[in-house]
Amino acid sequence: MLEIKNLSYRADDGAEILQDVDLTVRERFVAITGPNGGGKSTLTKLIAGLYQPTEGQILLDGVDITHMSITERARLGVSYAFQQPVRLKGLKVSDMLRLAAGKDKKNVDYCGYLSEVGLCAKDYINREINATLSGGELKRIEIAMALARSTKLTIFDEPEAGIDLWSFQSLIHVFEKMHEETQGSIIIISHQERILNIADKIVVLRDGRLVQDGTRDEVLPGLLGTTREACNVLLGKMGGTA
Amino acid sequence: MDEITLKMLKEVADLDALPTGAYNLRENGKAAGRNTTANIDIVTKKDEPGIDIIVKPGTKNESVHIPVIISQTGLKDLVYNDFYIGEDADVVIVAGCGIHNCGGSLSQHDGIHTFHLAKNAKIRYIEKHYGEGDGTGRRVMNPSTVIYLEEGASMTMETTQIAGIDDTIRLTRAEVKAGGSLVVKEKIMTTGDQYARTDFVVDLNGEGSSANLISRSVAKDNSRQAFVSDIRGNAPCAGHSECDAIIMDNGSVSASPKLTANNIDAALIHEAAIGKIAGEQLEKMMTLGLTEAEAEEQIVNGFLS
Repeated sequence: MLEIKNLSYRADDGAEILQDVDLTVRERFVAITGPNGGGKSTLTKLIAGLYQPTEGQILLDGVDITHMSITERARLGVSYAFQQPVRLKGLKVSDMLRLAAGKDKKNVDYCGYLSEVGLCAKDYINREINATLSGGELKRIEIAMALARSTKLTIFDEPEAGIDLWSFQSLIHVFEKMHEETQGSIIIISHQERILNIADKIVVLRDGRLVQDGTRDEVLPGLLGTTREACNVLLGKMGGTA
Repeated sequence: MDEITLKMLKEVADLDALPTGAYNLRENGKAAGRNTTANIDIVTKKDEPGIDIIVKPGTKNESVHIPVIISQTGLKDLVYNDFYIGEDADVVIVAGCGIHNCGGSLSQHDGIHTFHLAKNAKIRYIEKHYGEGDGTGRRVMNPSTVIYLEEGASMTMETTQIAGIDDTIRLTRAEVKAGGSLVVKEKIMTTGDQYARTDFVVDLNGEGSSANLISRSVAKDNSRQAFVSDIRGNAPCAGHSECDAIIMDNGSVSASPKLTANNIDAALIHEAAIGKIAGEQLEKMMTLGLTEAEAEEQIVNGFLS
């Protein structure tokens, strides 16, 4: 279980990016949504240790991880799939999956992880993580790494972006399989209704504040309503109809 | 063979014992073993130190190993090795050099390798330079490689200097005729106060000739490196060079790529990138459970793999 207490983050220029967020994650799938610039990525980067909070506390299964390094948190069971995966010249897909699976693991199921994300192991295992891979391919490899990690908490920052030819259904299947294996929680930053639809819990962040936190049934109808209303207003102004 | 020689052989030529096929082992400036085959002859030069390696036309699936080991401190060794590769031959040549210097004097090996590839001959040339030993004597290597590719000949040169060489000036000169192709893959890592300079001049003289120079290097601590290349397109040809470097600590790398097109159909491209390891690359590795030092090591090893 992840507990976040009064978490705040102020950027170097003094801007309040996240203010006083309280959140508990014990569900299977927790979706974080809200407008761009609302603080979604910042919150998850604070959880993974990529940023250090200005105030507040983060507990993982009762252990205070607030001031732990990225490495220590990773070893305790936090995984992070980046919105924009990095390229690493010379390192191969197999190298990254091996590192993700753990240094001691000799028999890494490369084929299994890659086929889960719709990539043929034969074609990809020896590919370098360099500019020859498209954004969509990198994104799927990033997801395969999270699968290989198989930790109790996995964070996906907009996993659906750029996976054009691969179906949402397959992505959702990956989340389900991951949960089956880890029995842990998966936090997904997303704007997509199809992702929000599978969430056990939806968290809405706006202007750095947590404005809603509830079950899918409690939060989703309001969100969709808001979007449609906003859309109608906009179309109305332009003289169109929804 | 003693333990040091065996270890150095493993480092520079990936050999656990003397190789099968043609070989010439040079140890501390003297011949220490040789084998020839029906198709590959090795002859000691009469007028200067070194050997001629003669590969008969049409020779396939054979290899030549010519490792050089220096374990005597203060030794300065200079050799001229000439390779004559017959038409349509296709062979692998492994030429490593290892210096084990436990003393206080400078040990140096300068190898001048000249390749003459006849029409449609093909070689893969692997060269690895390695130094070790806890003495204060410097370990110096200055390899020169001169390459003549006749029509349709092709050469891939894989050269690696990962550890232990304090000073190196590496010169490569090549002339490529029509349809000939030269590929160079160079990997260099310097540490401490080491210095490495690599300098290529390639003349693409025939129609359809090509050259591809790929250099990847890492400069750590206070070490310095210089990459200099000049690809001259004198005919309709394709030339490409790529210098990619990671600098760490107080390391310094200078890249001076030059392209000269003397023919309107010469297509020449250069790419160069020098920089430190990006923070987000380290962060990605750390989210996999690696420490920062382990992350750096993985990134550097991958980059030089």
